[in-house]
Amino acid sequence: MFPEEVLEHVFSFLNSHTDRNTASLVCKSWYEMERWCRKRVFIGNCYAVNPRVVIRRFPEVKSVELKGKPHFADFNLVPEGWGGYVYPWIVEIARAYPWLEEIRLKRMVVTDECLEIVAKSFRNFRVLVLESCEGFSTDGLAAVAANCRNLRVLDLRECEVEELSGHWLSHFPDSFTSLESLNMACLGSEVSFSALERLVARSPNLKTLRLNRTVPIEKLSTLLQRAPQLVDFGTGAYSAEIRQDVYSRLADAFSRSKNLKSLSGFWDVTPAYLPAIYSVCSQLTSLNLSYAATRSPDLTKIVSQCYNLQRLVVLDYIEDTGLNTVSMSCKDLRELVVFPSDPFVGEVDVLLTEQGLVSVSQGCSKLQSVLYFCHQMSNSALISISKNRPNLTCFRLCIIEPRVPDYVTHEPLDVGFGSIVENCKQLTRLSMSGLLTDRVFEYIGTHAKNLDMLSIAFAGDSDLGLHHVLSGCDSLRKLEIRDCPFGDKALLANASKLEKMRSLWMSSCLVSFGACKLLGQKMPGLNVEVIDERENVNSLPEYVPVEKVYIYRTVSGQRFDTPDFVRIMGKDKDDLFSDKGLKVAVLFCSNFGTFRPCCCTRSRSL
Amino acid sequence: MDPIPKTHNQDLNLKATELRLGLPGSESPERTTIGGAKNPNLVSGAKRGFSDTINFVKNGAFLAENKNNTSGKDTAVSSSPKVPVAASKAQVVGWPPIRSFRKNSMAAKNTKNEDDPNAEIGSCVYVKVSMDGAPYLRKVDLKIYSSYQDLSLALEKMFSSFTLGQYGTHGSSENPLMNLLNGSEYVLTYEDKDGDLMLVGDVPWDMFTGTCKRMRIMKSSDAIGLAPRVADKCKSGN
Repeated sequence: MFPEEVLEHVFSFLNSHTDRNTASLVCKSWYEMERWCRKRVFIGNCYAVNPRVVIRRFPEVKSVELKGKPHFADFNLVPEGWGGYVYPWIVEIARAYPWLEEIRLKRMVVTDECLEIVAKSFRNFRVLVLESCEGFSTDGLAAVAANCRNLRVLDLRECEVEELSGHWLSHFPDSFTSLESLNMACLGSEVSFSALERLVARSPNLKTLRLNRTVPIEKLSTLLQRAPQLVDFGTGAYSAEIRQDVYSRLADAFSRSKNLKSLSGFWDVTPAYLPAIYSVCSQLTSLNLSYAATRSPDLTKIVSQCYNLQRLVVLDYIEDTGLNTVSMSCKDLRELVVFPSDPFVGEVDVLLTEQGLVSVSQGCSKLQSVLYFCHQMSNSALISISKNRPNLTCFRLCIIEPRVPDYVTHEPLDVGFGSIVENCKQLTRLSMSGLLTDRVFEYIGTHAKNLDMLSIAFAGDSDLGLHHVLSGCDSLRKLEIRDCPFGDKALLANASKLEKMRSLWMSSCLVSFGACKLLGQKMPGLNVEVIDERENVNSLPEYVPVEKVYIYRTVSGQRFDTPDFVRIMGKDKDDLFSDKGLKVAVLFCSNFGTFRPCCCTRSRSL
Repeated sequence: MDPIPKTHNQDLNLKATELRLGLPGSESPERTTIGGAKNPNLVSGAKRGFSDTINFVKNGAFLAENKNNTSGKDTAVSSSPKVPVAASKAQVVGWPPIRSFRKNSMAAKNTKNEDDPNAEIGSCVYVKVSMDGAPYLRKVDLKIYSSYQDLSLALEKMFSSFTLGQYGTHGSSENPLMNLLNGSEYVLTYEDKDGDLMLVGDVPWDMFTGTCKRMRIMKSSDAIGLAPRVADKCKSGN
């Protein structure tokens, strides 16, 4: 047996959560040792565990990362008020970890009160990252600015902030010089530019600065000059009347930014100002032009100079020709994201097709991650992509119109996606679209053994589809499904699989109230949340499909912060013999391990 | 790795049911589509012919879910390179999967195009609706309503649970929310682009959807002095 100090030293090299979790299972002494020296805790579902349990196990934590709402909340599928409140966590960790340094939250409801507690409770607080969070205002930000003397990172990624004023920035005291990263791109209100400039000027370690729209292009050169050490820069609105002096100053400032590797922002672009960034193009590893409504020639000119680009986020204005240029110029590309410029308009006048993606898959040998919105796709294109890029780890394809078949052969896209999962053996994330039958799920269940997250919409024919996925995908942890004809059978047949996953989301499918209740009753390790906003929901018979169901494993039992449209099924002991009367009782016979429908209304015991 | 509890129910034996697991290419049981119609074309491993596809498309595959109005939809599935799109585009919630932040940014961009009246078509506008005293707020997409009456019906449904004790059933008035609010302690207000607090219903509907940033069902006592600045707003063509 190693002495404790040696073990502790060895564990200090274990940084990934999975490694640490595994080490803690080796034996009791390793468990004890590990829990005392774990500094970073990651909780993928804030309702999977109680804060007190976490604190009891890990007393010396410096960094907490929490996720709240399910992913589909990003697309307005989770009604407001569902939950994801961080307040109970903040209260507990403020009490337990006075030396906490980092908090990272994703899809959680954060109030001003939470931010005030954070601001006042942690003497050495350094990093605050809020991604897709809501519920707070600029007052909360002011509290953080005013009180967190050692703050390094304030990163607001696509949060919904109530903007009371831009004054919050001015609350950083003059003595505050430790800022390394500031991302305020999602804020709409104007901050005092002189306060911003002074903040930048007194932050010698500032590496990331992402401005919001209200900072005018004329002011960018001032900020760039103040911070030549910047690595990651996000512009404000990149438009103005064309003025030579403004342009020259800006181009000059960019050319002096020798450390710049990442550019973003570019809201409201005036194309004539784009060449100002040419001098930094060859340095860039990351470029986000996805808010720039500029056409292909301008975009192509830029990407053709980005020889070192690893990450490109762009609108479909880039067109197939632009992506062809990417495939020839950006040989180091790892990640490609193409968003639609106008997803709701009927007429398609942008020339971005599946061809663009095929060219990039051909030319960019390091491409691993794709998020691609387009209007048409073919099986042969998907097969080509899979053969070109077997090293893909993340493939998310969104064909904008639901259930669109292969536009050449008019067949479903089963074979194409099948090829993706068969050839791309390291695939961990997949999102599918277009016309898909149960066959594609057969392929996925057979081949996608490393798949961690799967998103399905408007696909499949029957429960068999869902069964293939749940029974075949050994590594699956997150499954989200909408508008598919998947129902009770596959869900109940794979009930124990659900405990090996973080969560399952199903909306507009065919899962009934009865099945949800049964699942909740039989699986104490799962919360089965039915999210249903219909007025008459309490009087609906049990065979009626629910609007939405969110199932997740938990060791903390049911939660008690639910709104009226969320019901946690099957946790009430009386449920089994409810007065509603089961018209068709599905009896689960634990003794025989079989599943058969019976017609009876009551049963004494199982 | 989390320990898996041992006291556990067996997996349901799927073979005991009608569902079978076939290897690719083997015979599979007939399956039904969502609408209940059996489609033998889906079953066999053979390639589906063009005409089969048309039938399949017409029978159900192309029609979006119940929430859509897709009347008069003419899906162009042809061998030409033209992309099949729908003639009418009633939106499916949350599809395509684009975050609100991006959608709102695009919507904001579109509203700037005054000379392009079609620029706003299809974009959606999510606004928050809060009610004084309610435990949480709601979000609505103003684009899916066509009139104040539509909107008030929807809001009334959403918030009725908060006022149920007081107002019970609603009358047959044209404007249920107004009914709920009439003589009550609440008024429906909104904050517009300029940050001004306005009464809902005072400006024409189209102007409202273009300028409303968020709505608030507030106590009448707080709304005293909320003078409608309708005339000014209409004149300046906001």
